[in-house]
Amino acid sequence: MTIIDTMPKLLRENARKYPNRVALREKRFGIWLSITWAEYLKKVRNFALGLQQLGFQRGDFVGIIGDNRPEWVITELAAQALGGASMGVYQDSTPDEVLYLVSQADLKFLIVEDQEQVDKVIEIWDQLQGIEKVIYYDPRGLRNYSQDYLMAFPDVEALGEQVDAQEFDRQVDMGQASDVAILGTTSGTTSRPKVALITHHNLISMGKGLMSVDPFSIDDEFLSFLPLAWIGEQMISIACGMQAGFALSFPEKAETVQADLREIAPRIIFAPPRIWENMLSEVQVKVQDADRLKRWAYHRAIQFGYYLADKRFQKQPITFSERILEHLAKFFVFNSVLDQLGLRYVKWAYTGGAALGPDVFRFFHALGVNLKQGYGQTETTGICVVHRDGDIKFQTVGLPMPGAEVSVDESGEILVRGDVRFAGYYRNEKATQEAITPDGWVRTGDAGYFDEDGHLIVIDRAKDVMTLHDGTKFSPLFIENKLKFSPYIREAVVFGGGDYPFVTCFINIDFGNVGKWAENHQIAYTTYTDLAQKPEVYDLIRKEVERTNADLPPSARIYRFLLLHKELDADDAELTRTRKVRRGYIANTYQEIIDGLYSDKDSIQIESIITYQDGRTAKLTVMLRIDTMPDVLTPALQT
Amino acid sequence: MEQMSRFARPYQISPPQRHELSIENVSLSFGGVNALSGVSLTVTPGQIFAIIGPNGAGKTSLLNCICGLYRPQRGRILYGRHNLVETPTHLLPKIGIARTFQNIELFSHMTVLDNLMLGRHVHMKKNILTAMLYWGPAEQEEIRNRQFVEHVIDLLEIQSIRKKQVGALSYGLQKRVELGRALAMNPGLLLLDEPMAGMNVEEKEDMARFILDINEEWGITIILIEHDMGVVMDISDQVAVLDFGRRIGLGTPDEVRNNPDVIRAYLGEDHGL
Repeated sequence: MTIIDTMPKLLRENARKYPNRVALREKRFGIWLSITWAEYLKKVRNFALGLQQLGFQRGDFVGIIGDNRPEWVITELAAQALGGASMGVYQDSTPDEVLYLVSQADLKFLIVEDQEQVDKVIEIWDQLQGIEKVIYYDPRGLRNYSQDYLMAFPDVEALGEQVDAQEFDRQVDMGQASDVAILGTTSGTTSRPKVALITHHNLISMGKGLMSVDPFSIDDEFLSFLPLAWIGEQMISIACGMQAGFALSFPEKAETVQADLREIAPRIIFAPPRIWENMLSEVQVKVQDADRLKRWAYHRAIQFGYYLADKRFQKQPITFSERILEHLAKFFVFNSVLDQLGLRYVKWAYTGGAALGPDVFRFFHALGVNLKQGYGQTETTGICVVHRDGDIKFQTVGLPMPGAEVSVDESGEILVRGDVRFAGYYRNEKATQEAITPDGWVRTGDAGYFDEDGHLIVIDRAKDVMTLHDGTKFSPLFIENKLKFSPYIREAVVFGGGDYPFVTCFINIDFGNVGKWAENHQIAYTTYTDLAQKPEVYDLIRKEVERTNADLPPSARIYRFLLLHKELDADDAELTRTRKVRRGYIANTYQEIIDGLYSDKDSIQIESIITYQDGRTAKLTVMLRIDTMPDVLTPALQT
Repeated sequence: MEQMSRFARPYQISPPQRHELSIENVSLSFGGVNALSGVSLTVTPGQIFAIIGPNGAGKTSLLNCICGLYRPQRGRILYGRHNLVETPTHLLPKIGIARTFQNIELFSHMTVLDNLMLGRHVHMKKNILTAMLYWGPAEQEEIRNRQFVEHVIDLLEIQSIRKKQVGALSYGLQKRVELGRALAMNPGLLLLDEPMAGMNVEEKEDMARFILDINEEWGITIILIEHDMGVVMDISDQVAVLDFGRRIGLGTPDEVRNNPDVIRAYLGEDHGL
């Protein structure tokens, strides 16, 4: 009996223990279709042996580009079974980004979803090196493609089906815990993404660590709707899913996630702040549209919910009558709100990937969702610090997980080591040495400290923390999150500190919600740009800025702001593929606008270049209004 | 379960009938205005055939003649063994001809799914008695038709609006739903009247891709009227040019582009009137 220390071995074990239980679930043609663990194993075996026939050797890498589908994880497991590893590429990457990542990782095969992705690969084919085959799993529109490197997924499976199945077992048995399992791409907020090597040991330790905190079981449900290329999605879907044996469901389409969440009613959910913020906005907007009785009931219930949540945060005992009231609030209000969001049966909810604003955090606790903050990064296999049930403080990210050792060095940088520490960057010795200290600590690049209860508090990226003119240190992220609590604000970028005498910011309005608000107030608009520049919209956002300022120390208050003419977009490199703001890039690209914010002008004219999905560009000249908050007279300005 | 595979084609439910469409010397006039004079064309099965021309050239009139909304005074329109000039309009879906309109003609208070299921109506054969009972044959039929509609939904990527009311959708999406309803009839020949009018660049691109997919994946012959020359030249196999009711050009996009008569019509020189 071999030790079960790799993902393919876990798959084989699950197929033996629960052959007829559902492993994967996918919605096709409006119906949820299931794949059992036995079928899953068979598909992985056939695809793996097919790849082997095509020349895959131990240590080779495959790249996967596509939405979350069974074929995605089948490919990942197949590559691992053959002693190789897979790298996920975000499905909305541009051809240049794909080219960059493929060449960074020396991939041998590309497994892509559909025509859109195949077209990208064809566009860069002449510059790609080392790719032997491009395998697609959605044939629509591809029937007349004649490139000889293209191959259909079922054809590879058919190739593998002819090979003796024992070869698969032999290959799986050769696998070791120290083998590389996945190539994780770092999010690239500061530079181009790097390729981090993550071993089976990392994945298994991470899963064990998290599950010793929150014991997932085979009966849990999980909807895998975030890109599998992101380590956060790999964490629960693969690392925990393989060990606990719960079913993984894939949404029908990216646009149907909300409806699919309702249908699957997951017990575990892991989502970055953006998703939680969107859910909050949705509730706020829907409540505004509801009739009076419902509005009244909601406001009464949520007030009580906030009261209870705060009591729990402070670990005060809940009285018997409060418990009864809580049940009433649940029965009349919260259950239906949660049902709409698909969170009704959630037992463990996590946020990670970036900081979630405390207001959003409190809101979900008021609704009774057990939302926990997690902290980690690709280099620490996704998560290494997490809240424990009943010990949640919204300003912290929780306690270190078993398997991870966390400390803060004298400069205030958070360091991590232990079983979750990655094996290094692929073919980048220099970056590896910079990231891992001689004693084996990963430098996270984040500034933070431990509070009196041992909870870790993350301030921000160490580089981003700003020193204001009066000497106080402040995190722009903190202000941005406060702003983003508003349903009308989708994204905000705060500037200040250093040479700047006061704090300013760019705001992206939420097109859907502000559009709806404009409709209700009979304000006609055409495009996003037009809406964002309406004086009424400025007044609306101004109130949100005032609200944010009220909670901030005087020197950190926003003095001037403007509404950007376009939404920040990953296609324009303003956000990372995980939708984090790339502050450095934005500061460079929008220098003109930032200069405007620090001038005394009321508006500035800028030229903006818009890139369409197909790469074509168009030029626009826009006038941007700048609003000033006269009450925020900073000392620097008074002098 | 196999037919649920991404690699399965919807034909397995029922293959469309495809025929050659030949328009022979068709003339149509309203009072003294000659909308069409002696137009002849042949559209072979599996083609994407574009009809272009300046405003008032007779493009929509020709489409209306094919689908029986107008009856030309002279000429024949043959589709397989049917002369469409004499075929009652309600029989067209049975013959395998469906169309979309320049202005959206959907039931805006019904859901997308109901609108699409309506497109299947022509293929529902159960009588009122079995339908009232529902269970048994009528239920089976409903499931089969829903399956077909789900293939349409999948092809046009409108999963997320399946249960939304049509009236609440954006213009671009409504256009897509209208195309979906036409597809639900399982036509062999699809007539599209300005499928991209009023769309932005990205919506047009999506629509062009859907038209290609319908043509390639489902093998449906397509006749479309479109003003965006970029799109027409990119996706069509054959292009016919009309001007003042006469056919002044016919050929592949390249041939048409270099045709002196066509250039003259588009540059607005006098027409020898």
